[in-house]
Parts: sequence; C-alpha cells; structure tokens
Amino acid sequence: MKAFTVSKAVTALMLAGLLLLPLYSYLSGNIFIMTLFTRIVILALAAASLNLIMGFGGMMSFGHAVYLGIGGYAVGMLAQEGTGSGFIQFPVALAASAIYALVIGALSLRTRGVYFIMITLAFAQMAYYVASGLARYGGDDGLTVYKRSDFSGLINLSNRTQFYYLCLACLFAVIFLIWRIVNSRFGLVVQGLRSNEQRMQAIGFPAKRYQLVCFVISGTMCGLAGALLANNTDFVSPAMMYWTRSGDLMVMVILGGMGTLFGPVMGAVVYLLLEEFLSQITEYWALIMGPLLLLIVLFGRGGIMGLLGRLNRG
Amino acid sequence: MAEPLLRVEKLVRRFGGITATDNVSLDVAAGELHAIIGPNGAGKTTLISQLTGHLEPHSGSVSLGGRDITYLPAYRRCALGLARSFQITSLLLDFTAADNVALAAQAHAGHSFRFFANARKERGLRDAAHAALDRVGLLHRADVVVSRLSHGERRQIELAVALASKPKLLLLDEPMAGLGVTESQRMVTLLQELRKEVSIVLVEHDMPAVFALADRISVLVYGRVIASGDPAAIRANEDVKRAYLGDQHVVTHHG
Repeated sequence: MKAFTVSKAVTALMLAGLLLLPLYSYLSGNIFIMTLFTRIVILALAAASLNLIMGFGGMMSFGHAVYLGIGGYAVGMLAQEGTGSGFIQFPVALAASAIYALVIGALSLRTRGVYFIMITLAFAQMAYYVASGLARYGGDDGLTVYKRSDFSGLINLSNRTQFYYLCLACLFAVIFLIWRIVNSRFGLVVQGLRSNEQRMQAIGFPAKRYQLVCFVISGTMCGLAGALLANNTDFVSPAMMYWTRSGDLMVMVILGGMGTLFGPVMGAVVYLLLEEFLSQITEYWALIMGPLLLLIVLFGRGGIMGLLGRLNRG
Repeated sequence: MAEPLLRVEKLVRRFGGITATDNVSLDVAAGELHAIIGPNGAGKTTLISQLTGHLEPHSGSVSLGGRDITYLPAYRRCALGLARSFQITSLLLDFTAADNVALAAQAHAGHSFRFFANARKERGLRDAAHAALDRVGLLHRADVVVSRLSHGERRQIELAVALASKPKLLLLDEPMAGLGVTESQRMVTLLQELRKEVSIVLVEHDMPAVFALADRISVLVYGRVIASGDPAAIRANEDVKRAYLGDQHVVTHHG
C-alpha cells in the first residue's frame, strides 16, 4: 500500500477544512456557513453510524433516521419537562436509542434482504406516527426546544463555535471508534457475516448475536447525532425520522463510499452542499440532484472514495 | 470397540414425497477415514447437511463423542469439534487467505465481543492461520485476497479453514470437485497426511481417491445405506456393483 494516495489527500483536505471552518467564518463574517456546516457535521455522524451496519455489516437498514428522532425527542421532551442538564439529556438519548435498536434489531434480524429493508422501514414509520400523535409534545407540529442542553459551564452549546467543535469532536470520536471496531475481532466477524454468513456459521460463529450488537452500537451512535441535531435546530418534529430522511442518510453513505471510514463524511458534505447550492439556483433542484447522484452511483462504483481510489491507480 | 466418535442412528429426512435420507445408520470410529459414496442424487449432501446442522432430520439421531447433537445449531457443533468443507467452495471472497483461516481460529479462541484491539495483529490467531496454511501448502499465498486465488487453491483454503478450528472430526464434501489431475493428486497426498491427525468423513465422487484413502466405505443409494465395509468388501459386494459400480473397471483398475 502506498503512503500517499489521492483519496488520503482529499480526506485530509476535507478534515482540515472542517477544522478551520470557524476561522473562515470569523474572518469572512459569514455566519450562515457555520449553521450549515454544523448540520453537515451532525448528519455526517449519522451517516457514519449507518455505514457501520450498512457498509461494514451488510445490513441495509432503511429506518436509520428513527434514531435521529429518538435522540432528538429525548432532548426535547426532557427540556419540556424541565430537565435541562445535558448530563442527563445526552445519556438518556443514547440509552433510548440503544434500547430501541435492541428491540428492533432482535425482530428485524430474523429476516434478510428486502424483508430486512422493509421491516426496518416499517418500524421507523411506526415511531414517526407515534411522535405525530404525542399531543403533549406538539404532535405533528413538533416541539420547540427553548433552551439548549446545559453542561454547567463545561461547554456552552449556545455559542456557535463551541457547539460546532463539540459536534466535530463527536464525529471524530465516532469515526475513531468505528475504525477500532472494524479492525477488532468483533469487526472481522461482522464483516465476515456480510461476506458469507453460511461460512461464518460453519466455522462456529452465532451470526445473529454479533449482528445485533453491531446494530445496537450503530443506533446508539446515531442517537447522539439526534441529540445534537435537536440542539442545532432548537426544534424537534416527527419529520426528523420520516423515511425520506432515512433515504438521505443512505444516499450519503452510498455517495461517499460504503464500507470506507471517511466515505460517509465525504458523502454528507457533498450531498448537503449540493442540496444547498442547487436549491439556491432553482426551486426544482431535485431534478438536477437526482440525475447527478445517479451518474455518480452508476459510474463511480464505491462512491466518491471509489472514484478517488481509481484516480490513484489510473 | 469403544464408543464411536460419530454415531448416526436411523436418520430420516424427507423433501415432500421423496425420502432423501432413509433410515441411515453409520458409525465413524476415532482415527478412521470413512468415505460415503453413491450416485448423483443418492442423498449424500443431504446427509452431510444433517451432520453439520444445516438441515434438521425428521427423525433419528446424531451423536458426537457420545453427546447427542441432533438438533444443535451449526456453530455449536463446530465448538464441539466438528468442522466441514463445502462442496461448492464457500469462503469469504473479499478477505485474504490468512484472514479466512484466522477467523476460524478466532471462532475457537473465546468469544469475539472484543471491540478495540486490532485482531489482525493478534499473534496467536495469525500463527494458527499460518500454521494451517502451511499444512495445506499455501503459506506463500497467505496475504492474497481469496477472490484472486485459483479454484484449486480455494479448495485447499477450505481445508485450511477446517483445520484451523482443530477439529476432532472433519466432514469433507467432495474436496476434489472441479480439481484437475495434478491438483487432485496433491489433495489425495494431503488427505493421506491429515488422516493421521484427525478423523475424516469423506464424501467423494472420485473413486480412485476414495479407494486409495478410505478405511471404510458406506454406499448410499436412494437415501439408504446398501453396504458398509472396508474397500475390499465394497469392491466385492454384488449389490454395490449392480446399483452403483456398473463401470467396474474404475475400481479394479486402481485396486
């Protein structure tokens, strides 16, 4: 393996850009870009968590946005009930996501292929309708979070720069964890199961147990993204976990490169920036976005990371 | 004779109206190489699948070392010392040869809920993988991704994977399938070596190989064992000749 590759260089550039963004925002006076990129970083975290089960684990979950909703509602509901401490809100958001993932995973992992996709989608839509019915917490209209999570002076989430760096730190931490996980014993088993489940059973691995734990880890990570997202928008609504949002996350992962460490981040950045700029040009931005994504997926197998990898060889 | 390593008793498995396994009973003693032969469709793979736990029998029992394993899932049997190779090569194609074998070793080195340390740097697992690859003569290909290996090499890796779990009993489902003459020869030599260390149940179409290797042979026809005995007895058996070995010279030629 070569020390220098195009994909490594691009990844490093992107990470440096993310790190230095507040500086650019400060110098240029462009505040909006901070808001935009905070959202990008949070959704990149969600995409990275989806990539753990989809890219490395081969589990095509079509309901991953549900954890954004669960994490978000945990923060929103606790805030509504007067518990503003982040030290309570965040652990509750993670625990709720983990428990939900455990239940959903235990049921969904009995199925394979298309059925798995449909059942994860169905459970996510169920949560969507439950949230829509929560009259006490705004129902369909959603719930405004009047006060961001309070970390008693440790970090101030209302400060734009501090909040951005918190999100970025969470993203880096999650990617570091995923990197360790995919190279660990556990990670090899999960990837082996993606590759050939029958073989893995035959050499002595109980498949479901490992897949379920992977599913729970992934859901918990995405719950963190949900808690951050609620703080970013000061608002939670059922739309956070609508199936189109799950689709967005899948597109980010596939666009960036499934089963690569930084692919989902790349995918989230490109997807959301494209969405932002195209929607400024025309109301019908989806008409341009759709074919563009199609081209990348058709001709760049392995997504952007795959394309960059081939540049290097070619 | 002491308790056999593997005992199959009155195993029955039906698919609709067809009885694919019809009251099959057989014993495999420790240290034995027991071959199962039979024409196409005799139910050999169905039988093997019930031994490995990929298929449940409708009645009868399978026991390994005196322990009833009839309804244990595949991974539990594996932990008890039963390893298999697949008739159609079944490996992790996007993993290297060493990774494939190391995972088999890992499956037998405690649970794999270890999330942090790099498994590819665990000396014990890598050494076990390299030893097994060396055993089948493929050490020099250890770091090649399996999808780039030849068919013959993949057959050998199948064997290495089975060996890495340090089995008591090896179930080999047509290990020579699709191999060329020289590759087959090499596989026979290899099995000749392995049989000194581990008991083997061999399902195989390659008659010269079977008669060269087996201590005992069971002949399966229409799901039933019509004869069981040492190679000489099988060769002389009239039923077997009639039902299966019409092409008699194949046997005598290599006798």
